[in-house]
Amino acid sequence: MLQILNESLIELHINGEIRKALARPSDTLLFFLRERLGLTGAKPGCENGDCGACTVLVDGWPVKSCLMLAAEAIGHEVTTIEGLDKVPIQQAFVDKFAFQCGYCTPGFIMNCQGLINIHPDASDEVIHEWLQSNICRCTSYQEIMEAIRSVLPSQ
Amino acid sequence: MISFDFEYYRPQSITNAADIFQTLEESGKNPVFYAGGTEIISMARMSSITTGAVIDVKEIPKLKAMEFNGDDLVIGAGVTLTQIHEANLFPLLAQACARVADHTIQNKITLGGNLCGTIIYREAVLPLLLTNAYLVIASVKNARRVPINEVFSKRMQLNRGELLVQVHIPRNYVSCPYVHVKRTKEDKIHYPLLTVCALLTDNQVRAAFSGLVNFPFRSIEMEEALNDINLTLEQRVEQALNKLPATVPDNLEGSAGYRTFILKHLLTSIVNELETGNVTNS
Repeated sequence: MLQILNESLIELHINGEIRKALARPSDTLLFFLRERLGLTGAKPGCENGDCGACTVLVDGWPVKSCLMLAAEAIGHEVTTIEGLDKVPIQQAFVDKFAFQCGYCTPGFIMNCQGLINIHPDASDEVIHEWLQSNICRCTSYQEIMEAIRSVLPSQ
Repeated sequence: MISFDFEYYRPQSITNAADIFQTLEESGKNPVFYAGGTEIISMARMSSITTGAVIDVKEIPKLKAMEFNGDDLVIGAGVTLTQIHEANLFPLLAQACARVADHTIQNKITLGGNLCGTIIYREAVLPLLLTNAYLVIASVKNARRVPINEVFSKRMQLNRGELLVQVHIPRNYVSCPYVHVKRTKEDKIHYPLLTVCALLTDNQVRAAFSGLVNFPFRSIEMEEALNDINLTLEQRVEQALNKLPATVPDNLEGSAGYRTFILKHLLTSIVNELETGNVTNS
């Protein structure tokens, strides 16, 4: 049985690498990524699961890292925005002007990347359903929609 | 960030989980079973709850099950709402799960967490109430299989240290004609002003509700009224409205009059849809 009783060195698979750092059992994955590993791409917003700015992929599925313990990620594959290497959705956000201030952008891109991988045949209804998990204060929703449409094979 | 410390345990079996719960309880750690963890983390961040230990049960094989087994559809308490929606083995439950919180959080919330959490809506319970589902509940003493109506009254009535392991849904219900409707005050992603799940079995309409009063419920008295063929549809709905199990609240989410207005019109259309076979879900 895996057990972590206090602040300990834990090992996570992040962006294709094994990363080790100290973590309290009560540290969220978001805190661990940013404060222990310096991976600041996942943004703290509401830290309550509402805004989606902290979205990362866990085993390919988008997850709000503020609502996951770092300890829970042991044995799973975590991908952050730093782990994407010029994938089409990143260029599409540039081409479609799908951001203004950019704070929500990593979270949106990770959610979009999850959708592209899992449902490359997504309909507009499915895209809407997935994108409702993230909030853009600058209201770039239409441009974000165009960006993801431009890279989905089904569109 | 969570400001207090707790211990983290990830057992691999039900026995292991029950044993470690008892040990931690006896040592004063005030342990909690942890699955998706969304509610526990949110409340811990706000210091609304404190615990000395979380027992992460969602990777125990029996809690990850989702398959037809004999006469039942078996779904483990650790299965996420997204997994239930994507598998679509029971379309009414799949739709109910797809309207809890938002899609990304559905990747984390588990069926067990939705049923056992403190947020009052617990929309995933509605299809289970309609289908006379059974729950498998384990503790350090034993494991028991009980009808949901014996364990769910306003909320899950579990004893300290008991763990919800699985939900068993009788197979004959999963393909019944059904309607799922969720109405919110504003955006699609919101707590329900009113959620109704209904299905037709043996030419009888069954209906369960969330958001209407301060707990989710299925009312046999309301169903008897809705199925009284000696009355007109309008009279049946009026009779059902007179048999609500609690006072409809007036609050910022909606007035009692508004909720009742929506309920009346939804019940009329739902019963009509199910009885005429012209079902359109929303």
